[in-house]
Amino acid sequence: MKTMNSKSTAWRNDAYAKVTGIAKYTDDLKMLNCLHAVPVYSDYVSAKIISIETDKAMKQPGVVKVVTYKDVPGNLQFGQIIKDYSIFAHDRIRTCGDVIAVIVAISRQQAIDAIPFVKLVAEELPAVLDAEEALKEGSPLVHESHGSNIANYHCVRTGDIAKGEKEADIIIEQEFTTSRIEHAYMEPESALCWQRPDGVMEVFGSMQHPFSTRRFVASTLGKPLSDVEVKTVPMGGGFGGKDDTAAIVCARTALCSMMTKRPVKMTYSREWSMRESYKRHPYKIQYRMGLKNDGKITFVKVRMVADGGAYCSVTPWVTWRSTVQCCGPYEVPNVHCDVYGVYTNNIYCGAMRGFGSPQVNFAIEQLIEMAAEKLGLDEIEMRRRNMVHQGSITVTGQKLDMHTVSLEQVLDIVVKESDYLNKKQKCSFGKSENDQLYGIGLAISYRGMSLGAEGTDFNSAIINVQPDGSILLETGVHENGQGSESAMILLCAEHLSVSKDRIRYRQPSTSNIPDGGTTVASRGTLLGGGAVVNAAKQLREHIARVIAPDLKCKAEDVIFENEILYDKDKKHKISFNEAIRLMYSRQEYPYSFGVFQAPQVSWDEHTGQGNAYFTWVYACQAVELKVNAKTEQITLLNMIAAHDVGKAVNPELLKGQFYGGMAMGAGYGILEKCDVKNGKVVPTNLHQYRILRSTDLPEMTAIIVENYDPVSPSGAKGIGEPTNEIMAPAIANAVYHATGKRYPDQPVKIIVERRDTEAQSHGEKK
Amino acid sequence: MAKIKFILNNEMRTVDVEPNETLLDVLRDKMGVKSPKCGCDRGDCGACAVMIDGKSVRSCLVFAIEVNGQEVTTLEGISQPKLTKLQEAFIQFNSFQCGYCAPGVIISATELLNNNPHPDLEEIKEALSGNLCRCTGYQPIFEAIMDVSRKRKK
Ligand code: FES
Ligand code: FES
Repeated sequence: MKTMNSKSTAWRNDAYAKVTGIAKYTDDLKMLNCLHAVPVYSDYVSAKIISIETDKAMKQPGVVKVVTYKDVPGNLQFGQIIKDYSIFAHDRIRTCGDVIAVIVAISRQQAIDAIPFVKLVAEELPAVLDAEEALKEGSPLVHESHGSNIANYHCVRTGDIAKGEKEADIIIEQEFTTSRIEHAYMEPESALCWQRPDGVMEVFGSMQHPFSTRRFVASTLGKPLSDVEVKTVPMGGGFGGKDDTAAIVCARTALCSMMTKRPVKMTYSREWSMRESYKRHPYKIQYRMGLKNDGKITFVKVRMVADGGAYCSVTPWVTWRSTVQCCGPYEVPNVHCDVYGVYTNNIYCGAMRGFGSPQVNFAIEQLIEMAAEKLGLDEIEMRRRNMVHQGSITVTGQKLDMHTVSLEQVLDIVVKESDYLNKKQKCSFGKSENDQLYGIGLAISYRGMSLGAEGTDFNSAIINVQPDGSILLETGVHENGQGSESAMILLCAEHLSVSKDRIRYRQPSTSNIPDGGTTVASRGTLLGGGAVVNAAKQLREHIARVIAPDLKCKAEDVIFENEILYDKDKKHKISFNEAIRLMYSRQEYPYSFGVFQAPQVSWDEHTGQGNAYFTWVYACQAVELKVNAKTEQITLLNMIAAHDVGKAVNPELLKGQFYGGMAMGAGYGILEKCDVKNGKVVPTNLHQYRILRSTDLPEMTAIIVENYDPVSPSGAKGIGEPTNEIMAPAIANAVYHATGKRYPDQPVKIIVERRDTEAQSHGEKK
Repeated sequence: MAKIKFILNNEMRTVDVEPNETLLDVLRDKMGVKSPKCGCDRGDCGACAVMIDGKSVRSCLVFAIEVNGQEVTTLEGISQPKLTKLQEAFIQFNSFQCGYCAPGVIISATELLNNNPHPDLEEIKEALSGNLCRCTGYQPIFEAIMDVSRKRKK
């Protein structure tokens, strides 16, 4: 094991462009003769559409076209799993974000001005706005053709739950809820499309997944994939949120461009983005856990209900992760878990950084401490007795023996670095002389990496060395702002033993490189990096074969070191540039195409058993905070995180992920909640949907733990999501240690009970 | 339409504007200055910050017509003729990820250091409280500003 918390030099390939303001995001791009498009929503959340009248809007100044479902030449229906989303509403309104039309005009303002002139004639239908209600017999169906409001169901059946009940000395039951939250990427959705003279629809957009965007666009237009080229430009944040909605915005824009035969740009306002884009799933989680007096868990019974809103999106995958990780990072011999993804008429939910784990971790990491307290055990010791170790079997029957299981290591590091044990003694537990209550808390997690049994998992990389020795590199991984391009460049440089300054990351396009799947699930460095390492290896072998005679040695004895090629004894040498020149002169291309295929995983949908993920990561985070008993204010004092990342490719950028993830997790813990009232998203903009500001955040410490992972060609595993899945429960635990009260509902909102008179005068003041 | 004249990044410029057009829209759509970003269009995110006569303002809240005769500086202007120490520090400390907040953050931080060469952490946080960043947790931004302040002569 190696840990790192010293400072190294940060490097990213796009830093200069970003600090000088020359980085061009989608809305910064300009095209001649460009038209502007805007979406039109309805006032309903559930209704039958009778007609959509566009004549009046068409007559407004500047309006060129009003596009509705009637104009779609290809498929109207979308969905990564179930095709239940209509790119334009045609028969039903199912939620407040449904788009009934798009207005295209000379200027964006003219298009906006024409919005009130699109008229929807519809008949209101009963809506179902609560997930438990939606599960009840006879409740209105959000999608009649689906036959029920259950979008998906997953289970785990491990061991014998009755046996576990019998063995238990104590049983603890608790319900937790988590809320819907907004990604709040700083850049709202935007797309710019134009039909090229060669007939290809070219798409620039703020989206996370160029390849799924291409699928959506091609399908809407009724074109083959090869006739759509999606190019990526810098994106102002995604966090899982620029998947479906962002791709749909691109598809609508492409349609407008195809119909008007002009470039069209559609840039969302924050209001439209908040109204239409999917959110993180709110969960209701009901646990029943049995334990022996020595702290060993004998069984876990858990039921989870996730409100997926009006469309399926990736709800089955999100809830699948919750299912696999339903007991947190603990060994539990007997498990009975039922998880439902449910349709309602609320705004739909989809991917968000963490993907079904923040909800479960919020619950289980509190439950384990509640159980410890009930047994009179220390919460750290309680974790040690139950956590997974090397060779442990997970609740789905997977043996953890292919990599270093470092959960206890990361826990130890955080306990030590945060001085947890001493500080725990100082916690207020509701008692203090002034109104300041102090608490420290922590949480741990394990996380299956990449897609697991969610989907096909492979990626590719192209290394193309130019005659002068400069290198073009490309992978199927998308730069979401996390610095993946920089990580790929560094890996390529390391594995070719050349300077990173030779390497130019090629602006990716869906027409250059095979579909690498989506840059989700923290799989960028793992999968894309794996492909780069494999491509570099092939290229080295190729160069060695061609150059070996010049070095008077066998190909396998050629050594690459610091831009120079040697024979084994270093008697002969050739510079990298010279080697490349020789290759071209011998009609050999220094070009390679590398692939990394994720190892096989398995899953049995009926028993919930299988090797769900091919590798796992381990994490611990802690927080110190103060609660003001009068003002109910929580003040964060500091946060610390230790994550096993396999190998740190670019340590400073990795730490950037730690900080950003902790901050977002802290927001989830104490602040963020996207209310929905009568099916409508309440916050319209960032004044109503608050995220943490500079003044809200404390000092953060990032500790990188490295245990090289043999199944990953680069040794690296990934970090984007693990950082964002346990700060909220750490906060909830710290709040408990401060106030002596449990808050099972996320976000944690302190409620101080006041005596009646006080409460009254408080009420009057308001 | 009214014609207005103002100094934009050290250059005298004239442009025709509607009375209700915001400075943000005019800079981006009519003057080709793209660094100020629109994150909310109502003063909540700070991504659109620019300087007017050396003071940072949110350009989505200012009508373009109001800057007639004044001096407007955006991140493009700050980057001329070369990077400032602060920009260099932002690169060195990996202060940004997606970078969408960067133009606004750099304007706010530049203003802070102009007025207060040695701010403490609390002052830095206060100065940036109007700039939302969803990616970084702000810490690498604070570190860069502190570093510039440290390296300056007292
Ligand atoms: S766009 Fe001006 S403050 Fe957000
Ligand atoms: S770097 Fe993405 S919002 Fe600040």
